[in-house]
Amino acid sequence: MWLVRLAWLNLWRNKSRTLISMAAVFFAVVLSIVLSAITVGAFDNMIKNLVSYYTGYIQVHRAGYWDEQTLENSFRRSTSMEDSMMNVNSVSGITPRLESFSLAASGDVTKGVMVVGVNPKTENQATMLENKLVAGNYLNETGNEVLLCEGLAERLKLSLNDTLILIGQGYHGATAAGRYQVKGIVHFGSPDLNDRMLFMSLNTAQQLYSAEDMITSYVFVLQEHSDLDETAEQIRHLLSNHYEVMTWGDIMPEVKQHMESEIVTDRMFLVILDILVGLGIFGTLLMMMVERSFELGMLMAIGMKKSKMIFLLVSESVFTVMGGCIIGILASIPILYYLKINPIRFSGELAKAYERFGFEAVLPASTEPENFIWQGLVVLCIGLTLALYPVWKVIKMDPVSSMKR
Amino acid sequence: MMKNDTVIDAHNISKIYNPETIPVFAVNDVHLHLNRGEFTALVGPSGSGKTTLLNLIGGLDRPDTGNILINNIDITKLSANKLITFRLNHIGFVFQSFNLIPVLTARENVEMIMHLQKSQRMDRDTRIKQLFEEVQLSDKIDSRPSQLSGGQQQRVAVARALASKPQFVLADEPTANLDSKSASNLLDIMAKLNTEEHITFLFSTHDQRVIDRARRVITLVDGKIVSDTLPTSTA
Ligand SMILES: Nc1ncnc2c1ncn2[C@@H]1O[C@H](COP(=O)(O)OP(=O)(O)OP(=O)(O)O)[C@@H](O)[C@H]1O
Ligand SMILES: [Mg+2]
Repeated sequence: MWLVRLAWLNLWRNKSRTLISMAAVFFAVVLSIVLSAITVGAFDNMIKNLVSYYTGYIQVHRAGYWDEQTLENSFRRSTSMEDSMMNVNSVSGITPRLESFSLAASGDVTKGVMVVGVNPKTENQATMLENKLVAGNYLNETGNEVLLCEGLAERLKLSLNDTLILIGQGYHGATAAGRYQVKGIVHFGSPDLNDRMLFMSLNTAQQLYSAEDMITSYVFVLQEHSDLDETAEQIRHLLSNHYEVMTWGDIMPEVKQHMESEIVTDRMFLVILDILVGLGIFGTLLMMMVERSFELGMLMAIGMKKSKMIFLLVSESVFTVMGGCIIGILASIPILYYLKINPIRFSGELAKAYERFGFEAVLPASTEPENFIWQGLVVLCIGLTLALYPVWKVIKMDPVSSMKR
Repeated sequence: MMKNDTVIDAHNISKIYNPETIPVFAVNDVHLHLNRGEFTALVGPSGSGKTTLLNLIGGLDRPDTGNILINNIDITKLSANKLITFRLNHIGFVFQSFNLIPVLTARENVEMIMHLQKSQRMDRDTRIKQLFEEVQLSDKIDSRPSQLSGGQQQRVAVARALASKPQFVLADEPTANLDSKSASNLLDIMAKLNTEEHITFLFSTHDQRVIDRARRVITLVDGKIVSDTLPTSTA
């Protein structure tokens, strides 16, 4: 106990040195918490935007569908399968789709389109399709009516309530043809989707393609902060190998790769920050050991064992680093909550891209406790690793040479 | 004089620095015998080996040859860790300066030794009170070193050296940083402790006035004892 007290008193013998060390730790903790919270928050937000846009977090197809996207690789919709998949903890919603290509004709214009048969209600929960309406009304469960993407409508020179003809190949080679009324126009930020997507109710699509009860995919919505890979694994576990389970990262590998490289860049930045802080703390430790070499030699001369001295010096480091860490974590909490409520807005090319997709160009901070704990722990570990320097010095110390001046 | 009055018995001790290049015989085949109750000065020109010899006897450094028996224990054979405990329990040290931990009060500096010895609270309090009376600093017991004069700091160092009830006290130039008045005051206190409490002192010095107070004077030159005036009387 008296040693702990001595360690505490020693902290304040050179106030500025202790405060500099604490401040270094403090700023390291605050900066790394805030930076990683913004990165994590921004990516979470981006993923949320991205997957709720069209792909969903996870998709289930018949095995082989992704490589060969034809109706021959569709599968029978099954309520028991849906029920068991809904029972997976982090799954908050599932919506079925039947997707296939067709030719759309209106007057003398013909264009290839992607026909997406959706369950109007659950699709809207998953991807907020109704919110993308710029004209007209949303789909009903049945009826020969479609939602046209804006770009496609322009190309086909169609407007609300006009009719178009779809011609294609149905399930098992059946001929698919039908006449549909434009019930609404939807806007997709992605030009790629905006120029070729057409939505109709699942029932209507199944009739068009003579694919009764068949679907090509289940699209999953997950609860916030759930573990994507783990959930995918659980779903895979439920299903036989007649199905393939793909995460959004499998579906859009380029996007995932881009995000990962961004994360690596951010990590590097944090590592550099930590190294700088580590060097700062190491400098003060170096100075301290030079200044106190005589005193430590003397303590050893009059009978203090090395183990006690190590305890003393490590306690001093622990006080300094812990102090800085705890104050840093406490200070980050209000900062992050502020940044969560008032997220940083960004501008430039990226912001335009964001807005084109209908997303807000903001970087909301993540307030997940994991982040505080991790960043705090990293800095704490660095501090305590550096405390090995005085420990090593004490182990090597002999009283005669340390007391030489 | 009875054999069990021996506190230090050193034979053939040598310390050689730089044995490979230009060897320095800092201590050269020295024999030293010290009895309980002595008040002995170690003198000699600068570089004659006084500090080296005191470090060897105090178990702070190891000799290249010879044995050092303290209380019939050969300290040259003790492990590094045992040696620290041995120093704590058997030897008191007073250094030339900066003896005290600046963040602790005079009392706490002395008490630290007792903490290291894990002595009981009650024993500590009475002993500390007594020690501060002996070094005539009862009124400064709660002062920090920075609030004490150099002489007062050295007196606290003496109190600390005695706190563990050691066999003897080693002091390497304890008065070197003091003015003559403080130096003689410190010597008064040491001499009084020697006569009244039979505390054994071995101290090195350059100061003739301090040498005059010693009852035995050992002179070193080039690491060898060249003269040893034995005590005229024992306490
Ligand atoms: N670590 C060392 N390495 C090499 N030589 C040393 C070392 N320590 C002491 N010496 C040498 O040993 C000799 C004795 O030194 P020591 O310090 O014991 O002398 P001293 O009598 O205490 O001198 P002073 O009166 O100046 O304190 C000197 O020649 C010194 O240069
Ligand atoms: Mg010396």
